[in-house]
Amino acid sequence: METPMIYYIVLSLVMFFAGVYGFITRKNMLMMLISIELMLNAVDINFAVFNRFLFPGQMEGMIFSIFAIAIAAAETAIAIAIIINIYRHISNIDADNLDDMKY
Amino acid sequence: MNFLSLFVLIPILMMAGLAIARDMKQIRTVAVTFSTLQLGLAIYTAIKYMAERAAGNAEEMLFQASTIWYEPLNIHYAVGVDGISIVMLLLTAIIVFAGVFASWKIEPLSKEFFLWLTLLSIGVYGFFISIDLFTMFMFYEVALIPMYLLIGVWGSGKKNYSAMKLTLMLMGGSALLMLGILGIYYHSAPEGGALTMNILEIAHNNAIPHEWQYYLFPLTFVGFGILGAMFPFHTWSPDGHASAPTAVSMLHAGVLMKLGGYGCFRVAIYLMPFAAQELSWIFLILTGVSVVYGAFSACVQTDLKYINAYSSVSHCGLVLFAILMLNNTAMTGAVMQMLSHGLMTALFFALIGMIYGRTHTRDIREMGGLMQIMPFLSVCYVIAGLASLGLPGLSGFVAEMTIFVGSFQHTDTFHRVFTIVACCSIVITAVYILRVVGKLLYGAVQDEHHRQLTDATWWERLSAVTLIICVAAIGCLPGWISNLISNSLNAIVERLS
Amino acid sequence: MEYTVFILALPLAMFLLLGLLDSKLKPRVAGILGTMGMTVCTALAYLTAYQFFTQPRNAEGVIPSQVPFNVEWLRFTEHLHIDLGIYLDPISVMMLVVITTVSLMVHIYSLGYMHGEKGFQRYYAFLSLFSMSMLGLVVATNIFQMYIFWELVGVSSFLLIGFYYTKPSAVAASKKAFIVTRFADLGFLIGILILSFFTKTFDFATLTANPTAIISESAGATFLGCSVASWALALIFMGGAGKSAMFPLHIWLPDAMEGPTPVSALIHAATMVVAGVYLVARLFPVYCVTPEVLDLITTVGAITALYAAIVACVQTDIKRVLAFSTISQIAFMIVALGVASDTNLHTGLGYMASMFHLFTHAMFKALLFLGAGAIIHAVHSNEMADMGGLRKYMPITHITFLIACLAIAGIPPFSGFFSKDEILTAVMEKSTFWGVWMTVVAGLTAFYMFRLYFRIFWWKDTDCSHHTPHEAPATMTLPLIFLALVTCVAGFIPFGELVSVNGEPYHIHLNWSVATTSIIVAVCAILLATWLYMKENKKPTAMANATRTLHTAAYRRFYIDEIYLFVTHKIIFGLISRPIAWFDRHIIDGTMDMFAHVTQWVSARIKGLQSGSIQAYVWILIVGTLLIATLTICYCL
Repeated sequence: METPMIYYIVLSLVMFFAGVYGFITRKNMLMMLISIELMLNAVDINFAVFNRFLFPGQMEGMIFSIFAIAIAAAETAIAIAIIINIYRHISNIDADNLDDMKY
Repeated sequence: MNFLSLFVLIPILMMAGLAIARDMKQIRTVAVTFSTLQLGLAIYTAIKYMAERAAGNAEEMLFQASTIWYEPLNIHYAVGVDGISIVMLLLTAIIVFAGVFASWKIEPLSKEFFLWLTLLSIGVYGFFISIDLFTMFMFYEVALIPMYLLIGVWGSGKKNYSAMKLTLMLMGGSALLMLGILGIYYHSAPEGGALTMNILEIAHNNAIPHEWQYYLFPLTFVGFGILGAMFPFHTWSPDGHASAPTAVSMLHAGVLMKLGGYGCFRVAIYLMPFAAQELSWIFLILTGVSVVYGAFSACVQTDLKYINAYSSVSHCGLVLFAILMLNNTAMTGAVMQMLSHGLMTALFFALIGMIYGRTHTRDIREMGGLMQIMPFLSVCYVIAGLASLGLPGLSGFVAEMTIFVGSFQHTDTFHRVFTIVACCSIVITAVYILRVVGKLLYGAVQDEHHRQLTDATWWERLSAVTLIICVAAIGCLPGWISNLISNSLNAIVERLS
Repeated sequence: MEYTVFILALPLAMFLLLGLLDSKLKPRVAGILGTMGMTVCTALAYLTAYQFFTQPRNAEGVIPSQVPFNVEWLRFTEHLHIDLGIYLDPISVMMLVVITTVSLMVHIYSLGYMHGEKGFQRYYAFLSLFSMSMLGLVVATNIFQMYIFWELVGVSSFLLIGFYYTKPSAVAASKKAFIVTRFADLGFLIGILILSFFTKTFDFATLTANPTAIISESAGATFLGCSVASWALALIFMGGAGKSAMFPLHIWLPDAMEGPTPVSALIHAATMVVAGVYLVARLFPVYCVTPEVLDLITTVGAITALYAAIVACVQTDIKRVLAFSTISQIAFMIVALGVASDTNLHTGLGYMASMFHLFTHAMFKALLFLGAGAIIHAVHSNEMADMGGLRKYMPITHITFLIACLAIAGIPPFSGFFSKDEILTAVMEKSTFWGVWMTVVAGLTAFYMFRLYFRIFWWKDTDCSHHTPHEAPATMTLPLIFLALVTCVAGFIPFGELVSVNGEPYHIHLNWSVATTSIIVAVCAILLATWLYMKENKKPTAMANATRTLHTAAYRRFYIDEIYLFVTHKIIFGLISRPIAWFDRHIIDGTMDMFAHVTQWVSARIKGLQSGSIQAYVWILIVGTLLIATLTICYCL
């Protein structure tokens, strides 16, 4: 018997809010990046699930989630590059310390 | 193309010329050539105007031209002149000419200085030739903005503060003005015709409903009044003038402040004669106060530029005061006072700049006996002072007397009493002028280091002498200029009755 | 007589020439140029006077006045316009003669007196400017032209008093003179405004032809219980009182003695200071319609005369004595005008007397000042203490000075006797009280003049070991001799035939009862002065000590200057100007700055919201979203 759709959705909901929670509470930029990845993956799951259950004959959702995975990889690469650069400058990657350009 | 547009075009060419000039010498050549051209153009316009009038052209504004500029709002680039604008254009050209010589050695960034100065003069010329409210307002703004940079970059003392204050207060004025102009625009066609910004059309249609005039008159009058240093919105003037470089003080006090008076005429009173009569008493009190108040304040200042700035408050107060008398003689006096004050205050600021350039102080307590050290500058200063306190034979007397006699012809006792109050300023003016002359020029030399200072150079002499000749010419032969103005005022005064 | 224009144009041209060339001219050349200009001017004035007074009289026996030149200078309204022109009538022609004569004498005298001074050329330029302005003032065709030149003489006076501009006292004096007279001119200006508002004209001829116009036009309007006409004329008189140094506006004149002495002779003795008298005389028919103003004029004049005479008795600076004497003598003229009540030949006698005294006084007072100049030139001091016994060293100065003293004291046959006698007669006829008062003043005049004379020329024999005073050069003595001659003969000029209140000839005859009284009083006063000051003695000091309070008060000029200082410094500056300046900087400007500060403060408070911290933004985003969602749900339910 197939797993009902609701399970997947709950999973992605939990993942998403875990990401949100992590993004808001963690000060370490790597952790924030990981939280963003969590949120993105939750969205990917949603895409795949809705495609599978609601429009079984089509592939748009699947393709979209693959796109998202690719973009997430690129984004992570850039973000990590920035983070490494910041680390070289101020020797830590705490988001609260990054206020040099504030007003 | 209408030749009045040359007033805008020549400065634009001057800016182009300045932009390609490479060294100081070229900059000066360009500046002198083009300012002389402007002066020539202004004189040519005046002569041509008088010839037209003599030939019997009775149109209200001559040399009119109009090009549609922005169709949906019916904005035109419209130009035209009458006697008042002619006088103002002459004044501007003379002061720009003298100002170029007064800033012969401006440092640093001389090219940029002249560029901004020219931009400012574009605004002023454009304002005086416009007869479309929108272009007028636009040129007004063009004249204001360069002021910020000119004071902020080339100024002295608390220049950032002063530049900011001056710009913000004047911008505040233009905000009121914008409201007023929009109000006028939306009421320019009460019978449902096309809305217009053209001053003459609005005036001839007698368009603006009386109940609206009550709101729009104060807006425009105060808006322009701020630039005309009307009490209590005059405080930008002392700080602004004190910090501005010489040529900017000259242009600002000499011409820019006249934009205020001119605007009050052309927009507030001309377009809204009903409210002008109903509400003039409020502003009469304010301006009457500012005449005496400015003079008293000037009595105790110690900085030369502050003294002169307060004296400008007093004299420009007299301009607005006379405008509000709403009769031909007083208004003629007002325009003459604008001209006369423009010339002599420019002379004052030029001389103060020259003295400051030598002694590096403007505090009258630290100087003395300059007559022995720099006789030429001192004699010019005395002449400027005498013009300011109204010596017959110099322009101040003619203007003030026209104002006083005109104001006193008002049938209302309240106005006459206020005229007497304003008359008192002639004594107080004498006090503060003679105080400066006594302390600064006469007496013993205060600072022995000053003994090595030199007298004026040729360009400084040229600048001062140009202005003195104009002041004396108006003072000795006021008849033609008074006729020129009062003939143009007939149209305005007729609307008032 | 169109050539009269040159009487004005010539000094003006001289002023421009000397003023613009200034140090490019040699001092000598400048002096001679100026003097030559003035000589031509004087000749023209004499010619004018000759032609004017010898022209045929009209049916009423009046010499017709003329306007040889008049151009419109500035038009104000339909009726009001300033003209520049030349108006010749007996008094203006008389003034032309007086001004050019004294001015020429001063020009010549200054060649010697100012020799070697720095700024010699400038001095002559200013002298020409003054002469031009003063001549323009007297020939004015309308009251506004008079005001124009009135201001110009004020400025020339300012420039000449401040001639030694490095000397602080001279600078202060020039400033004071200008500001005090300017204050008076304010009254003059307002008076003109009121007068012209009602009469619709500035023109003297129109004003005097119809003097009641102001009464009828102002339709009985009053202010503080007096008619507007009275106010206007009183204010105009205020202008005159300022120029003529009437109490309490006299304070500038004694200080004006800081200027070079020839200037004092020209401006502050003979010409400019009588402008006030001239002004009242010019408008006399108009003044006649407001008797209360004439009473005011009489009172002001009488108080001034006595006040100045008392002060003159105790001053020690010889120029100050002469200054107060001038004030007192001008007050005589003013009183004489005040008591002339209408334009009838007899009741209006004071008018003629006033003009006559103006004429004679100009001559002998200029002589006195020039003599004083010669003395100062010789002893290099203004103080009486440095003088004494000068008669041996300076015979010409001595004799001429004595003649002038006798003239001012009112001893026949010198000119002052005749004119003063006419004044006293006129005053006596009007009011015995003022008559006696003025006779007392005349006695005081004789006393202080001879005190001055004896202190300078007798008193003691100067110690001449280090410096022998010597007679002045010929350029200085010639004017003295000329003026002394004029003083001797001027009294016999048939003045009343030429100048009188309504223009008809008036034959001057002495009123012997008045004349005898005044001669006796004067002689007694001179004898008293002789007894006190002929030889050096202790009597004057003893008298001064006996009346210490009065003496000190008089010496300090009854503290009027201190009162003025208090008013200007403490009240005008301390209580008005400074508070206004403070108010402007702190309240008005403070308000404007406050707008800026409030804006700045508010933005500083709310800028924290824009923290840049994404996590905080996300929090707000989430909370906001939830809030809106909740609200929407609640609303939908």
